[in-house]
Amino acid sequence: MKALALLVVVITGVMLIYAGQDLPPFGDPNTDMYQHRMTQRFIECSDTESGVPNIVTALLANYRGYDTLGETTVIFTAGMAVMLLLRRRET
Amino acid sequence: MSRIQESVIIRTVVRIMVPFIELFALYVIMHGSSGPGGGFQGGVIFGAAIILYAMIYGIAEGKKKMSDALDKILASTGLTIYAGTGLLCLFFGGMFLQYGAVPLLPDNPAKVAALLIDLVEIGIGTTVAAVMISLFFDVSPPESEEGELPGYEGVD
Amino acid sequence: MTGIIDVVYAEYNYWIYVTLMMIGFYAMIAKKNLIKKVIGANIFQTAIFLFYVSLADITGGTAPILVGGHGGEHVEHAADVIYTNPVPHCLILTAIVVSVSTTAVALALIIRIYNEYGSLDEDVILAARKSLQPEFSEYARQKEVIDDGGI
Repeated sequence: MKALALLVVVITGVMLIYAGQDLPPFGDPNTDMYQHRMTQRFIECSDTESGVPNIVTALLANYRGYDTLGETTVIFTAGMAVMLLLRRRET
Repeated sequence: MSRIQESVIIRTVVRIMVPFIELFALYVIMHGSSGPGGGFQGGVIFGAAIILYAMIYGIAEGKKKMSDALDKILASTGLTIYAGTGLLCLFFGGMFLQYGAVPLLPDNPAKVAALLIDLVEIGIGTTVAAVMISLFFDVSPPESEEGELPGYEGVD
Repeated sequence: MTGIIDVVYAEYNYWIYVTLMMIGFYAMIAKKNLIKKVIGANIFQTAIFLFYVSLADITGGTAPILVGGHGGEHVEHAADVIYTNPVPHCLILTAIVVSVSTTAVALALIIRIYNEYGSLDEDVILAARKSLQPEFSEYARQKEVIDDGGI
């Protein structure tokens, strides 16, 4: 059983490394991901549109504000779920 | 009560450190718009301060500082602050969470957005801190009569 | 031989993330202890965080916080500063929160399972479940499927 698991793990790892050869080199600025106009726009316009110097906060709270609201709901729901699972009733 | 909890050094250091950790948490939350930080990080630090206090002084003592009812109220208050900010923007004719629509400073919508982002971060921090503390209190084992944690008798 | 070393060195972040991810994956599928499975899932998630954050890195770039605050007018060469990619950082902030939530719920479920069955071993729990509730056993389920097919 452990040998089968190890075989699956090794095959998956080799496939991931093979697929990784097509990904850009480490620290390369000339990738599509960095030169994409949305990324450049976030870097250039976040100060004038959101008024905060931290671009990650501007992305998190302004451009992706709806997503962060859902994320806060996720952690709230997890807290409530743990409370329902583990809290003992006072009888 | 284990030997770590009885140690005078640890009890004193924790009692001195907890206010400073809480102050640092508030700094991280409010500094989230102009530097590294934000609501999630600051909320976790704030929760860690209360958890540290409860670990050393006992669960019952920790629940005096942060009761279960207060936990629930704070967790839902933070989420309400966030959603209320979005609804405020709807009220003033913008889209949901379009901060610039709120006419606090009509000539500078970016400044309004920065202020409301800080408000949103406070809401996130409140929820995260309350949920972290309630997770710790829920997972911790119930204390027996002597105040000893069951299952930890042999561990120093 | 130097060709292989160059290939590995140019993309060593991928090799590290694949190694970490496979350690977590092995723990998830080969370990019988439920806590060890949760630890494996956490290592797996950490590997994905590392992958995304390493994708965001730019050689010579600074953190994505505007130099000199608002506008950066009073900083020399503020327009020449290279910032790392902020988008993966934001995505990973989301993913870390989801990771914390799933870990909390998984540990709470494991505590309930331990209180119910007195064990964290997968085989023991499955055997106990089979003897306590025979209608959930694999045999009964297959038999039911065959009966339904017959009707």
